[in-house]
Amino acid sequence: MADDDTKTPLLDQLEEGPWPSFVTEIKRAGTKSPVCGDLLGQLEQSYAEKKGHWKHGGIVGVLGYGGGVIGRYSDLPEKYPNVAHFHTMRVNQPAGWFYTSDAIRTLCDIWEEHGSGLTNMHGSTGDIVFLGTRTDQLEPAFKKLTAAGFDLGGSGSSMRTPSCCVGQARCEWACYDTMALCDDLTRSYQDELHRPPFPYKFKIKCSGCPNDCVASIARADLSIIGTWKGEIQQDAGAIAEYAASGLDIQKDVCDRCPTRCMTYERGTLTIENRECVRCMHCINVMPKALGPGTERGATILIGAKAPIVQGALLSSVLVPFVPAEELAETIKELLKRVWEFWDEYGKNRERIGELIQRVGLANFLDAIGLDPVPEMVSAPRDNPFIFYQTDGDGH
Amino acid sequence: MSIAIESLADDMYQMIAETQGKKNLKAGDLTKAMIAKHGEADCTKDLCKQAIRLLIDSERCVYSYFGGSYITLPHKEGAAPD
Ligand code: SF4
Ligand code: SF4
Repeated sequence: MADDDTKTPLLDQLEEGPWPSFVTEIKRAGTKSPVCGDLLGQLEQSYAEKKGHWKHGGIVGVLGYGGGVIGRYSDLPEKYPNVAHFHTMRVNQPAGWFYTSDAIRTLCDIWEEHGSGLTNMHGSTGDIVFLGTRTDQLEPAFKKLTAAGFDLGGSGSSMRTPSCCVGQARCEWACYDTMALCDDLTRSYQDELHRPPFPYKFKIKCSGCPNDCVASIARADLSIIGTWKGEIQQDAGAIAEYAASGLDIQKDVCDRCPTRCMTYERGTLTIENRECVRCMHCINVMPKALGPGTERGATILIGAKAPIVQGALLSSVLVPFVPAEELAETIKELLKRVWEFWDEYGKNRERIGELIQRVGLANFLDAIGLDPVPEMVSAPRDNPFIFYQTDGDGH
Repeated sequence: MSIAIESLADDMYQMIAETQGKKNLKAGDLTKAMIAKHGEADCTKDLCKQAIRLLIDSERCVYSYFGGSYITLPHKEGAAPD
């Protein structure tokens, strides 16, 4: 690259201000990796021309795998030879993203040896993302990764790497063991993860409570969101402490409850638990005083996706409550039926949520052998797909 | 009697070779075609899965990405620089 081309005035603007800057990070990595100069050069040119210079490759994995690698090539290989190949490797993250320092050093060493050294911790699916390598480095990098106990994640029309929140490892609100479930599903569906069998991608995300820290309701084809039955746990002493420390419980807690099912009178908080919709607001505001109920489990929802091919969708309730100890078994049985139906009727590149919209929720439920229940409907007449039939007496 | 995995893999290979360049086939397309050809009694989804694995592990076929994942004959990357 000529000297003039190493100047990046447009990218440099992204280094201004108090925020972290990917430009600064890539420049810093440039002291170790020759890839970084060409990467910034090509990006600067793209900004100047308002035109992308990456080409998507067809390469998808290492030997035997149909996913885990996203092929990228520069369409300016003579000008930027160090990014002529710039493939991404997706590496299956540990459940809850817990690492030892040693594990992170190992990952970085592997990637400095076999790739650009640039990583994205983590991609939107949850994987460790290794950015930028050449085709001939894919197998050696994979060999080192597996020797260190890591494996590739999913890409293409496969089950994508399942992800979960930290759950019971760090969070007292977790209504089930998200990490154990995520690990179980990852190991159980290795074939679906590495050998794309579906019409399109399928994501599973496990959140321990309705705070939904992994945003499963917006991003997972199958969302598993922790919840509870029965009463919110209360600690009267801790409630009094919040009041004494200046929290306006009426205004900041009760008045913001979406179903107005709480009252605070003469120092006593009363919750009409039947009306609670488990939004977590009151628990988030008074974490020392309130907590999820003791009968815990999860809601299973289906069909969310980001706006690719068609528009974005949020998940819909499939099973309102499954006790924590029955979750893994229930999900596996459900997945069998859902995948069978999708296999049979899904069009190419049609996500499960889009298929359900196309055929109608009632038909889908019928096909997978579930009865409609009121929890699938957020408000009367909200869901035009389910019709309740009377028994002839008007009941 | 169930069809042997090797002959199922051969049938799939032939289908992939015949359609190469005209139509891309997914794992599901191959599975449906094989069940239609041999009948559900002799050819199950699980056998098809094993046959696909045989094709890929033996490197007679590869997975390729063209907006979705397809099973193709090994080929030179169109997007790769010479
Ligand atoms: S989703 Fe709930 S349980 Fe999981 S980390 Fe967030 S707050 Fe905790
Ligand atoms: S969790 Fe939400 S709906 Fe339930 S009582 Fe608290 S604020 Fe109200």
